[in-house]
Order: sequence, then structure tokens, then C-alpha cells
Amino acid sequence: MAEGTPLFKVTIDGRTVEVPAGTTILQAARKIGGEVTPPAMCYYSKLQGSGGKCRTCLVEVSKGSDKDPRPMPKLVASCRTTVMDGMEVKNVTSEKVLDARAGVVEFLLINHPLDCPVCDQAGECHLQDLSYEHGKADTRYEFQRRVFEKHSLGPYIQLHMTRCILCYRCVYTADQLTNKRQHGILDRGDHAEIATYIEKSLENDFIGNVIDVCPVGALTDRTFRFKNRVWFLKPMNAHRECPNCCGKVTLWNRGDEVFRVTARKDEWGEIEDLPDGKTAWICNECRFEKKKTSDWVIEGPREINRHSVISQGHYVNAVVPNETFPEVMGREPRIKLQIHDVSEVNEPDRNISLIEGPAHSDDFKD
Amino acid sequence: MSVKLLLDKANIEGIRYYDAWRKNGGYAAVEKALKMTPEAIVDEVKKSGLRGRGGAGFPTGLKWSFIAKPEGVPRHLVCNADESEPGTFKDRYLMEFLPHLLIEGLIISSFALGSNVTYIYIRGEYAWIPDILEQAIAEAKAAGWLGRNILGTGFDCEIYVQRGAGAYICGEETALIESLEGKRGNPRIKPPFPAIKGVWDRPTVVNNVETLTAVVPIINMGGEEYAKIGVGKSTGTKLISACGNINKPGVYEIDMTISVEEFIYSDEYCGGIANGKRLKACIPGGSSVPILPANLLLKTAKGETRMMNYESLSDGGFATGSMLGSGGFIVFDEDQCVVRHTLTLARFYRHESCGQCSPCREGTGWMEKILKNIEFGKGKLSDIDLLWDIQRRIEGNTICPLGDAAAWPVAAAIRHFRDEFEWHVLNPQESQVRNYGLAHYADERNVVA
Ligand SMILES: Cc1cc2nc3c(=O)[nH]c(=O)nc-3n(C[C@H](O)[C@H](O)[C@H](O)COP(=O)(O)O)c2cc1C
Ligand code: SF4
Ligand code: SF4
Ligand code: FES
Repeated sequence: MAEGTPLFKVTIDGRTVEVPAGTTILQAARKIGGEVTPPAMCYYSKLQGSGGKCRTCLVEVSKGSDKDPRPMPKLVASCRTTVMDGMEVKNVTSEKVLDARAGVVEFLLINHPLDCPVCDQAGECHLQDLSYEHGKADTRYEFQRRVFEKHSLGPYIQLHMTRCILCYRCVYTADQLTNKRQHGILDRGDHAEIATYIEKSLENDFIGNVIDVCPVGALTDRTFRFKNRVWFLKPMNAHRECPNCCGKVTLWNRGDEVFRVTARKDEWGEIEDLPDGKTAWICNECRFEKKKTSDWVIEGPREINRHSVISQGHYVNAVVPNETFPEVMGREPRIKLQIHDVSEVNEPDRNISLIEGPAHSDDFKD
Repeated sequence: MSVKLLLDKANIEGIRYYDAWRKNGGYAAVEKALKMTPEAIVDEVKKSGLRGRGGAGFPTGLKWSFIAKPEGVPRHLVCNADESEPGTFKDRYLMEFLPHLLIEGLIISSFALGSNVTYIYIRGEYAWIPDILEQAIAEAKAAGWLGRNILGTGFDCEIYVQRGAGAYICGEETALIESLEGKRGNPRIKPPFPAIKGVWDRPTVVNNVETLTAVVPIINMGGEEYAKIGVGKSTGTKLISACGNINKPGVYEIDMTISVEEFIYSDEYCGGIANGKRLKACIPGGSSVPILPANLLLKTAKGETRMMNYESLSDGGFATGSMLGSGGFIVFDEDQCVVRHTLTLARFYRHESCGQCSPCREGTGWMEKILKNIEFGKGKLSDIDLLWDIQRRIEGNTICPLGDAAAWPVAAAIRHFRDEFEWHVLNPQESQVRNYGLAHYADERNVVA
């Protein structure tokens, strides 16, 4: 923040926060946290130019600012709208917003294959979270869903175009992180697709990060493909001396076995910043090639504080998100998935962090 | 006879070429304008009340006064010749037959805005027109109206023609700018607006072809005189491209004081409905604006005569009115099927969505599929409400107005022609062999006939 940037007061769903001028509504809401924060499928604070596309973060501005209190005529994308002093915003307290968001979720799902049972992203997928929170159980869509061929983009990355929500995050990542972008979006409208230029594989040292930024299971790690479900894995912070990148990663283990390596993600699912303010992107070597615990210095279990099923209470130090929903809405959320209520496989009182070696189904039987 | 300010010279032999153009008073406006200050030109345009002819009708003078003028940063004028809205073909006429009128307008406007490099972005399908424009530019340059130090004023100006690649969305001004920069034509998220950051992040004004040609008569006659033509906030003349089931389709210049009825039935304009049929409905301003049934087209809900101008056509809002839009006037006779027509438009918008925002990308495809079912006798009554719900959730929730443009035609068709949709659903077989017909959409004139 530049010296002397004025602070603006903004009120979101009745809760006030002070943020520097130039902050977006979404970032201000994230400062408050909890249910006040609109969901964001395309915006990614570490990627310049991202956001504005998916429309899940739409909010109602009921008062423009102290100077000009007129409300904004349309819902605005909170990720791309900056706050004004005295602005009042409605997120979950606005009928209009909830209706529009329900619409967006429906639109995102009509052509989605709903193949979560075979999708590696399941459990940490933003679209799953969004659908649980704002979606409906049934569909009004009665047509064949859009299909695309599966593609392997080189040895490391698998593209399932059917699952893509065209958030453009991977395109921005490739643009801003790697020196030669080889993929992009071909065609337009509902027939648009992510493609490499004439099937060229993505061969950049940092291209693996597209897997981490992809909010859905469209880009997944081929070295982890069908190996395990993320909620059976134990995330551990670890690092190594890496000549290419910061070397600070999260290992996803089962016992001593490293199933996959990802960058470290914060509570919004974005890759964390290092102490020097740079984003902790990791290189392909760390991500895909170092699959032995001996490659790494283990720092300890990682706090998972996302609201996904991976965080459902079975990790040491798990931070349960601050539930502001009842406070703001005066009632409990209507739909809240407690994985343990519906599945007996993974019992909440069973702390798999304490299990030595790979967990077996036997471990869950007394 | 109505006033002609743009097409007055259209029938002169050889007017496409410089010599004939010059001999008939061409470039007098440039001579006059370059003796004025840029601010004075902006003032004249403000006084004229000219509104953007590209569809939105935003006051041009006001738009020009918004352009940022940071020290040492070049500014650009871009002429939007992407004209891809179904039913709209007035810019083509201007560029094809009166290219020098546009060049003249561009020189004056560039001078007013301080644009030394001005672009014409033309739709790819107008394959033969860039040559006409480039020839006109070369002629103008040879005669000293373009290039360095024009008329010794110290003002430099070059005009370049850029061809699009055939995407409707590249008519949206920020998508146009992206495309002009050589990128994928996705609309930008605003703000910042082009007036602050446009082409190559420089302050930019994007104007429609017709808007820029209208600057020529404004300079010639003065803004105040121009404002006297027309009525209310609909000043000057407007080109209407009329098509559909009429006797005389074509491009007409109107002053905005005539009634819709006169426009359709008088021999000076459309010459009535073709083949002695009766009028059923009309889209008055290009495919994106709401369709109106004949009774609401000729008279407003208040019973007043509907006029061909911005205010009157939008009288009643979307509930009972429409818009002048880009002036693409599409007329339907009693034999036309509104369901089929709505499907055609839905298919167009599905195909042309850039795909950035989820509501537009997914919603347009969904609407097309449902409409297809209804049209081919496989629809359900609940589909009609579903369509309504989908369009409602697209409208206003997207980055650019294409989402709205896709939603409005569907909304208007259901609003005014719901019984026709229901008839299609309830008579799946009959609807495959005959049309619903005129029903109660008739105006009194039709009933007599
Ligand atoms: C999807 C879409 C397509 C458009 N196509 C055109 C077009 O073909 N020609 C045009 O002049 N304006 C078009 N516009 C309007 C432009 O964005 C812009 O408003 C216009 O060029 C401004 O010029 P004006 O002020 O002179 O009307 C389109 C807008 C949208 C949203
Ligand atoms: S592949 Fe993933 S990151 Fe890329 S656009 Fe699709 S959803 Fe977004
Ligand atoms: S409204 Fe449609 S055309 Fe416009 S930016 Fe969104 S997806 Fe693209
Ligand atoms: S997160 Fe704001 S529009 Fe996608």
C-alpha cells in the first residue's frame, strides 16, 4: 500500500471494515471473513486482470458512498469493483444477489458432467462448495451436456475440458508466470475450449501451477491421477532447497507415502505469499518429481482452513471457519454438508493424523 | 419530402470518387472545421444534440468531452464499422457509396479529439468495402486532407482500415479495442472506460460510422441548425435499414418526426407490406431490441401515435415499448412465426457470445435448445416459464450488453406472443404444418384489409 492511501469505510451485510482506497469489495469482504465473503470462481488475487467473468461474486451496492449515496442500478462483480468511502454492500442479505447467484450456479452446472465420483478435484473443488451452498439438488436442464475429448497436455497435466468453467485463471497464470504461453482459449461462447496450440504440450518449468489455480477438476495432476481421494490424505508443510523456486510446498501423504505435492494455499484456495511478498509458486520438479519423503524437510501438519470436505475436523490444528451466517441472517444456513453425517467411511473422532503408515479401511473399524 | 443530410448526394454519378465528391461541396466541412478550435467543434456537436447511432444513443458531444487528455499520451478515434447486428445495414451503405463522407467526418472528429492515428474497424464479411475506403483515404491523402500538417494547421492525421474476422462481439467497443490490438475479442471489464484507457491503454473514443458521418452536416450547418431538425432529444436525421416483408426494403434517411405507420406504409419509404399481406410484428431497432406486435407498434399503450424516434419508440419501457437502437427495422407479416424467429435470434446470440461470463455463455445455449424443442413440437408449457426465468437471470448480470441483447428478444417474444408459444406446445403436429397467424396482434388497418 502506498504511503498516505486514505482508508475507506465499507459496510458489508451490516459489518463494517476499513480498507485502503483501491481495495475491491471482495477483498474487503475477505477481511471480514465468513459468510459475508462472496464466492469467487474466476478471480485470483495473485493474477493480474483475473476476475469479472464467472459472476458468482455479484453483490448489490445499496449505497454508493457517503458523497454519492445512490445505489448502483445493477449487481456488480465484487472482485472487480473498488470500494468507496461509506459504501454499503449487500451479499447474503440481498434477495437479488441470492437469486442471481443461484442462477449463476445453475448456469455453471448445466453443462458440467457432475463426475465428482471420478474426479481428482473432488473434496477441494470450488464448484462443489459453491453448489452445496447455493445450488439446487435437481436440474431443470434436459439436454445432452456438452462433451469434449480428454486431453493430456504433456506428461504432467490432464485436461478435462468438460469440467472447465472458463475462468481464464490458467491462461493468466501461463501469461504471467511462464515466458511462453502455449495454451489459450479457442473459439467462443459455449463452444470455447482450452487448448494448446495444435496440441502442443505445455513445457514450462512453472506450468504445473495451472493445476493449483484451476478452481475445478479441469486441470489435474497426471502423477496423482486416480491415486487417492484428497480427504484421505494428510497435508504436511515441507520444504527443500530448490534452485528454481521457493521450494515451500504442501505434501499430501498417506503414512510415509507422498501422493502429491502442491503449493501452499490459503483459506481462499489461493497460493500463499512468502514473507517477501512474492507468491509461493512452485516449479514442476518440486511438484511432479519429488515424491519421496526423503526429498523433503517436513515442517509438520498443515492447517487446512478451507470449508471443503478435506477440512472436516480430522486434522490437527484445523481451523474451523468463523461462521457469521447466523449472526448476519438470524438463522442457520439451509444447506450445510457434514460429510460425516452422510458417510460412515470417515469418522470425525478418528484422527488420521495420528495413524502411522497408510490408513486402511481396517483403521476405521474397531 | 423529408430532410436529407447524409444521403442527399447518394445518387450523383461517381460520388464514390474524390473528384465528384469535391465538386459537390465535399471537404468544405473539413476546411471549416480546421479553422475552428477542437473545443469549438466539440461544442457544436454538443449543441447539435447528436446521439450515438451505434445503438445505445449516448450523446456524442458529451462522450467526446469525457476523453482524458494526459500530457504526452496519444489519443485515438476508432470508427466502429463492425455492423453485425441482424437487420442493420446502414453503415455498409454509407461506406460503400459515400466513403468520402465518412473520411470527412473522421478528419473533423480526429481533429476535435486530437487523434493523429484513427482506425476504422470493419467487419470481416464486408470484404469488398475496405478497398473502397482505402482508395478514398488515398485520394484524400493525395489531395492534402490527410497526412502531415493538414491545410497548414500543424495537425497530422492518418486513417487505417482494420478488418475484423467475423465476430459480432467485436462490435462491442472494448472487444473491438482488444481485437484491434490483435488479441482475442473479449469485452473488457469496465471501468476503466475507453475514454480513459482504450487502444493500447490510451484515451480512446469509439463511435459508429453513422455518428461520425453526421458530424459533417453538423459542421456545415452549425449545431443549432442541426438540432432544429427532428423532435425533442431525437435531433437530426437517422438512417433506417428496413427489411423483412415490405415492398421496398432498403436504407432510408428519416428526420425523426414521422410516424411508424407512415414509415411502413408510405411509398416514400417501405411502401407497405409485401404481397398484400397484413402486418403482424416488427423489430424497430436491430435484433437486440424488443419485438412489438402491430397494435403496440403503431400506437403506444397510451393510444398515441408511435413515432420513429428515440423517445416514442421506447415509450412504455420494455413492457409495451421497444427502442430505436441501431435502426435495423425488421417487419414481419402475418405468415411469420414468432417462435421460429425467436429461435433464429437465440441461435445467433448463442453463436456470438464470447463465452467469458457464465450466464451469457451457458444461458444463451440453453435458451436456444428450449426454443428448438418448442418450435419442433417437443416443448412443454413449463418451458415457457423456464425460458422467462433464464433470460431474467442473464439480463443485467453480464460483463457486456450482449447478455442483455440475448435476453431481451426472448423476453419480448414471450411477453407479447405468449399465446403463440402455448399454441406451439399444445398443437405439436399442427404447428409443424401451419403458422399461428395474425391472432389479435392486428392493428385496425389490418382488420379492414
Ligand atoms: C454485442 C454488441 C455489438 C455491438 N455492435 C456494434 C456495431 O456493430 N456497430 C456499432 O457502431 N456499435 C456496436 N455496438 C455498440 C458499441 O459498443 C458502442 O456503443 C458504439 O460503437 C458507440 O458508438 P456511438 O456512440 O457512435 O453509437 C455493439 C454493442 C454490443 C454490446
Ligand atoms: S482449465 Fe481450469 S483454470 Fe483454466 S479456464 Fe478452465 S476452469 Fe479455469
Ligand atoms: S455478456 Fe456474453 S458476450 Fe458479453 S462478455 Fe459476457 S459472455 Fe462475452
Ligand atoms: S470472482 Fe468475481 S466474477 Fe468471478
